[in-house]
Amino acid sequence: MTRNVRFVEDRITLKYGTGGGAMRALVEQIFAEGLGDVGEGGIGLSAMDDGAAIRVGDQYLVIATDSHVVQPIEFPGGDIGRLAVSGTVNDLAMMGATRPLALTCAAIIEDGFSRDTLKRIWSSIRATCEEAGTTIVTGDTKVMGHGELDGLVINTTGVALTSRLVSDAGLSVGDKILVTGTMGDHGLAIMATRNELALDTALESDVAPVHTLVERALEVGGEGIVALKDPTRGGLSSALHEMAEKSGVGIIVDEPAVPLRDEVRAVGELLGIDPLVSANEGKAVFGLRPACAEAVLDAIRAHPLGRNAAIVGECVAERPGFVVLDTGFGSRLLAEAEGELLPRIC
Amino acid sequence: MNPNDGFEQLKFRDPSRARGLRDTLERLVHQADHAPVSIMHVCGSHEQAIAKFGLRAAFPEELQVIMGPGCPVCVTDVPEVDEAVALAKQGVRVASYGDMLRVPGTSQSLADAKAEGAKVDVVYSVTQAVELAQQHDEEVVFFASGFETTAVATAAILVDDPPDNFSVLSAHKYIPPVMEIVAEMPETKIEGFLAAGHAATITGSAVFEKFVERQGLPVVIAGFEPLDVLAGLVKLIEVINSGEPRVENAFPRCVTREGNVHAQKLLWRVFRPTGGRWRGIAHVPNGNLRLRDEFAKYDTRRRFEIDASALWGFAPPKLVEQCQCGDIMAGIASPSDCALFGNECTPDKPVGACMVSAEGTCKIWHQYGGRPDLRSIKRGAA
Repeated sequence: MTRNVRFVEDRITLKYGTGGGAMRALVEQIFAEGLGDVGEGGIGLSAMDDGAAIRVGDQYLVIATDSHVVQPIEFPGGDIGRLAVSGTVNDLAMMGATRPLALTCAAIIEDGFSRDTLKRIWSSIRATCEEAGTTIVTGDTKVMGHGELDGLVINTTGVALTSRLVSDAGLSVGDKILVTGTMGDHGLAIMATRNELALDTALESDVAPVHTLVERALEVGGEGIVALKDPTRGGLSSALHEMAEKSGVGIIVDEPAVPLRDEVRAVGELLGIDPLVSANEGKAVFGLRPACAEAVLDAIRAHPLGRNAAIVGECVAERPGFVVLDTGFGSRLLAEAEGELLPRIC
Repeated sequence: MNPNDGFEQLKFRDPSRARGLRDTLERLVHQADHAPVSIMHVCGSHEQAIAKFGLRAAFPEELQVIMGPGCPVCVTDVPEVDEAVALAKQGVRVASYGDMLRVPGTSQSLADAKAEGAKVDVVYSVTQAVELAQQHDEEVVFFASGFETTAVATAAILVDDPPDNFSVLSAHKYIPPVMEIVAEMPETKIEGFLAAGHAATITGSAVFEKFVERQGLPVVIAGFEPLDVLAGLVKLIEVINSGEPRVENAFPRCVTREGNVHAQKLLWRVFRPTGGRWRGIAHVPNGNLRLRDEFAKYDTRRRFEIDASALWGFAPPKLVEQCQCGDIMAGIASPSDCALFGNECTPDKPVGACMVSAEGTCKIWHQYGGRPDLRSIKRGAA
C-alpha cells in the first residue's frame, strides 16, 4: 500500500496552503514542473526541501524564501515580523546553514494600514535579525487597495553558506527521531486567539530563530545528524510524513514521549485539533544515527530553546512513507492535516 | 517540570492500567468457547476514542468490535434532508448543526442550497437558533438532529416559550429501538452491545433492561476515555462468557440506573416516538422522535406545506450508487470494504454521510489514518 497519489484540482482552494499532501502535489505538478536542475550536488525545487543549495567552490550557497500571512498580525508570543525573520533563518538552518549572511524583505501593505503597527512590526524584524546575527539588505514595498489583501503580507529571503548540507531525506531504518521542544505551540496559540469561543489562555507562540541550537547540535552530532526539518505548517505530522516518504522508511512515534504543554493539550482537545498537526515556529525535527542520539539530545537540552527536547521515535522498514503513532494504549497511523483546519497560520 | 507530567496525571489515560485491562481482555476472549467474539458499540464517540488511542491494534485478534448506527447525522434519512432543502429553497431561513449542511439529500444538500443563495445558517446549539429567530422578523426553522441526549436540549427550548417565528424540523432519533433491529439482522452476529455513557446519563441504565430480556444479549454502558472503553469491553466479555445476559454499568461515575428523570420527563413531554427509516439501515419502529400535538405550533411539518418533489427529478450523482454507508452503519461492512473510501470519498469531498460527520465511521477512520493492521511492526535496527 502506498500513499494516495493526488492530482491538483481545477481550482486552488485553501487546502493547498495547509502544508500537507495537497500542497506537495501543487509544487510537484505545477511549480517544479519543467525547471532545470541546480548543478552537481545541489538541491533544487523538485527536492521540495526547506531551501535550495547551489555548489560554489567547496561550499554550498543555501537560499530559502518564505511569505507570511498570519492572522492576527500580532499574536501572543510574537508578530508577523518575528515570524518572517525566524521562518527564513530556520529554513536555512534546516539545510545545515546556521549562519545567515543576509535577508531580503518584501512587504505588501493594504491601503489604510496603521503606521504605528507597521513601526512595531519593523522594530520586531530588526530585533529578531539581531538575535539571528543577520540583517535585511534589500527589499521591496507595494501597497494594494483596501480589501485587496488583509492588512500585511511579508516575504523574506535568506542566504547562507555551509560546507555540509543536511537534507530532510537522509533517514535509514533504526535512526532516531528527536524534537527540540514542545509541539503545536504556535498553531494552537493562533487558533485560541481566533476561535470564536474567545478562549482566555496562557498559550504563546514558540516563534524564534533556532539556528544556534542547530549549530550546536551539528557540532556534537556531526555526520550522525542525517535529516533536519522544521515542523511548521502541518506540524510534526507533515514534517515526519515528508521525511519518511523521501527517505523510504516508516516512522514510529511514541506519543507519550512527545513533549506537549498542558495548555496546548487542553485547548487542542477542546477545539478538536491535534497538537501533532499544529504548526511550530521555533522547533526542529532531527533524524539521528542511534550512536550519537543521546549526545545530541544532551547538547540540545543544554540550549535555552531546547530544554524540553526529547527522542520521540525511530525509523522502521515497514510501511515506508507512513507514520505510526504508538499511543501507549495501542497504535494507529498518524494522519496529516486536511482541508481548512488552520488557514493563515504563518 | 516535565511538560508531560499532566498527561500522566489523567487517571483514565494511564497506559500501565491499560496494559492490565488488555491482558484481562485477551484472557477473557480466549476463555470464550468460540471465535471470533463480536460486539457492537452504537456511538461515534466510542469509535473516536478507539481510533484516537489506537485501541484496535491492542484488541485481541479474536475480538471484533463493530461500530453500529451511532452517528445521528449519518442516519438522517434522505427525505428528511429533502424537507430541509425544499424549505430553504422556498426562501425559509433554516438553521442547523454544521455537519448537517453537507449531508446529501436526493439531489442536493443544505450546503448546495446555500451556495445557490438560500438562507442557511450554521449553529452550535438550539439556543443559537432561537437567537436567530429573535434577530429576524422572518420564520426560522431549526433542522434538529441528534439522539436522545441532544433531543433533550431541543425539548428544553420548546417548553420555554420560544418566539412565534421559531419552529423545529425534527430529525431526532432514539437509539434503543435500533439496537433491536441491528441485533436481529442475520449478518451481524452480535453477541453484546457497548452502550454510550453520555446518552445513558439521561436515559439511565434501566432503559436497556427490556432489550436484554427480549434479545437475550448483554448491554454494558461505557465511558469514552481509553480505560473506560477497555473496562467496558472487559465487563461485556465477562457477561457474554457467563451466559447470563444482563445490563452492567461500567461508567458508574456518571450513570445511574434511573438516569436523569427530569430530562426524561422533558423529552417525553415534548416528543413522541414514531416509526421511520434510518438512512441505509431499515425502518425503525419508534426510532424517530417527533413533536407531540401540544407543541404543534412549533412543528415545522405542521406549519409549512413542504413540497420536496422538485428535488426528485434529478438522478443522484453516480458515485452515490457505490457508497456503502448503509452497510457500514449497520455494522455489516467496514470503510475498507468501500472502493470510494479515501479515493473519491474524502472529508473534502464526501460522497456519503459517514464521511461528513465527525461521528461517522468513515470520517473517523480517515482522520486517524485508516485502519491497517499495525500489530506486526517490528522496532529496532534491521
